[in-house]
Amino acid sequence: MADTQRPLSPHLQVYRWQIQMVTSILHRATGIALAVGTLLVVWGILALASGEAAFEQFKSCTGSPVGLILLVGWTWALGYHLCNGIRHLVQDTGAGYKIPQFVRSSWLSVIGSFVLTVLIWACVLAQGGAA
Amino acid sequence: MNLRVGTDDVRSQLRHPMKFARGLGSAQHGADHWWVQRVTAAALIALGLWFVVTVLSLLHADYATAKALVARPWNALLLMLFVVTAFWHAVLGLQVVIEDYVHTRWKEVVLLVAIKFLAVLGALAGVLAVLRIALGV
Repeated sequence: MADTQRPLSPHLQVYRWQIQMVTSILHRATGIALAVGTLLVVWGILALASGEAAFEQFKSCTGSPVGLILLVGWTWALGYHLCNGIRHLVQDTGAGYKIPQFVRSSWLSVIGSFVLTVLIWACVLAQGGAA
Repeated sequence: MNLRVGTDDVRSQLRHPMKFARGLGSAQHGADHWWVQRVTAAALIALGLWFVVTVLSLLHADYATAKALVARPWNALLLMLFVVTAFWHAVLGLQVVIEDYVHTRWKEVVLLVAIKFLAVLGALAGVLAVLRIALGV
């Protein structure tokens, strides 16, 4: 806790849930998830560099049921962080701050993330599945 | 600012306002974190899309094919850029999360240093591995 005794501002629990809150929280959550996912990418490259046995082990881990569930999760996290990240970059220019625009772009990020996830895994399935 | 009485009050009025600004704000590097986070984000839009497409093209590749694809100059270069930029962006983002939610100073500092160590370790490991594949050593 904080070192000093100070009055605290109202936190999440006092607000009605709105899409703008959800997108903001999800941006952080998916960012943390993707930071962990970057370690998986490095594991894959290291496995590829160290030899066939290590690479096969990497493939069997990522191709296992748990691995696939995690991969779908990471795909969505990447799709979301990408869409909402672009939204934030647009907002950094000062655009889109009217409340209706803000709500609309929030929904666009969420919908876009699912569209990207479906597209990517449709590619996987079209190639005959993962593993 | 402190509300004071008597002589202190007069003395504080005579002090240059600069006294109260010193040490409390940014000097020269204030916007660096914000700006680098945006620059790496912009780079990661392109690099991330390239990475997803590349991984999709590697789905059913065997070991030799995968290695040969990563060894191609452009792929090797982009993969190294992707790994370094991703870790860089991740550190900047995690730093803000830690600063916001970890309120015990020593835990905050330990975590801030730990993510930087991990990110440099991960980025260097990734770059070395790509170089090894690309140069065939």
